[in-house]
Amino acid sequence: MDQSFIAASIPLYIKAAGLTLNLAFWGVLLSLFVGAVCAVIGYFRIPVLCRIMQVYIELSRNTPLLIQLFFLYYGFAKIGIKFEAYTCAIGGLAFLGGSYMAEALRAGIESVGKIQIESGLSIGLTRWQLMRYIVLPQALAVAVPAIAANVIFLLKETSVVSAIALADLMFVAKDLIGMYYRTSEALLLLVGAYLILLLPLSLFFRYLERRLRNVGLGN
Amino acid sequence: MKETEKILLEVHKLKKNYGNKEILHGIDFSVHRGEVVVLLGPSGCGKSTFLRCLNGLEEIQSGSILLDGSIISDGKAEWYAIRQKIGMVFQSYDLFPHMTVIENILLGPLKAQKRKKNEVEKQAAELLERVGLLDRKDDYPAQLSGGQKQRVAIVRALCMNPEIMLFDEVTASLDPEMVREVLDVMKELAQQGMTMLIVTHEMNFARSVADRIVFIDEGCIVEESEPEQFFTAPQTERAQRFLDIFSYEN
Repeated sequence: MDQSFIAASIPLYIKAAGLTLNLAFWGVLLSLFVGAVCAVIGYFRIPVLCRIMQVYIELSRNTPLLIQLFFLYYGFAKIGIKFEAYTCAIGGLAFLGGSYMAEALRAGIESVGKIQIESGLSIGLTRWQLMRYIVLPQALAVAVPAIAANVIFLLKETSVVSAIALADLMFVAKDLIGMYYRTSEALLLLVGAYLILLLPLSLFFRYLERRLRNVGLGN
Repeated sequence: MKETEKILLEVHKLKKNYGNKEILHGIDFSVHRGEVVVLLGPSGCGKSTFLRCLNGLEEIQSGSILLDGSIISDGKAEWYAIRQKIGMVFQSYDLFPHMTVIENILLGPLKAQKRKKNEVEKQAAELLERVGLLDRKDDYPAQLSGGQKQRVAIVRALCMNPEIMLFDEVTASLDPEMVREVLDVMKELAQQGMTMLIVTHEMNFARSVADRIVFIDEGCIVEESEPEQFFTAPQTERAQRFLDIFSYEN
């Protein structure tokens, strides 16, 4: 292990971690948005949109992110539509994550029984109050573990964007290996960097799940 | 007979379909203020559906429902506002599992009715005391027995100060030893003059609590009479047949 090499590389990794986090943040946010839209479409069973959504969900979940990125980056360029690599990366993450989030939210909302909704209505709650006080607290308690898993999954998936020349953590590691052949040092730093990003997130979600589970089951 | 001059709830020619199948065939019905009406009838006769139509949980195809003289079924009135005057308790335990007993009770009065917290809390405490559950107010529903949950559900509906209470087979999924505690609460409520519409299969209870029995079969009201007459000398053959099924109990 070359410690001076490691020390010299750390700033590069920090910079790259910034991009990884940035991509993950926007990817997760857009995924949640896409997922919420899908959940609403599914919940109200909006006729045509429901079909489109089903096709989207199957397409998104059953193709690898790498292929989706190539489609966005190279495929669209072939027919004259050019996107920035950064835009493609976030678009790809949202396309992939949206379906996962949709499924998580759907499962949560569906877990709230019809009788809960009728009870809420029977004490005079409006649709909005019903959503806020009865459906969402119970739905989220069920959905949070799945959402948390998706967030972590999406953050890890960002490593694929190096394939379209974005300088994320994976890209920097590959670059250093290519230039200096310091494979062990570069990979060690890479693993360390992902762990530093993901461990606190995992622990936070575990804490959140415990709290919400208490809320959900009322114990 | 209790004071019966004022009609509280009126139903005219109510029809209800599920798909192409007509469930209720034009029901005419009314309840006076302070009256306790028990709806009887075989399973699937439409009595629960009828009850659910009355607070807008089921859409009706034609006919009208009037509460206190004003039409509530024409789509102009907002159901969420009307439901504040119509309390309902369901068969299955329907408390909100993520809230304590007291939170369950306060939700409607505070959020739907926007009443003052200390006033509602006082009323909730009194009502809980009456059903013997004041000491359980900070427990979650999962910590209560079925009978206790139903008593809380009754309090939750009562705390809205409804004009009328609907009970949809509230003891049907309780263990036998818990049926009594819930029926006692309902009986006390009836004696205090609450207007009540009850769907039940507890024949002895129906007989002792009702001012009037309404017998429904195949989506029509077949017979309406005072309980003594209904149970001793039913006028229709269908009611007679229905009572025969229950005669093992007596």
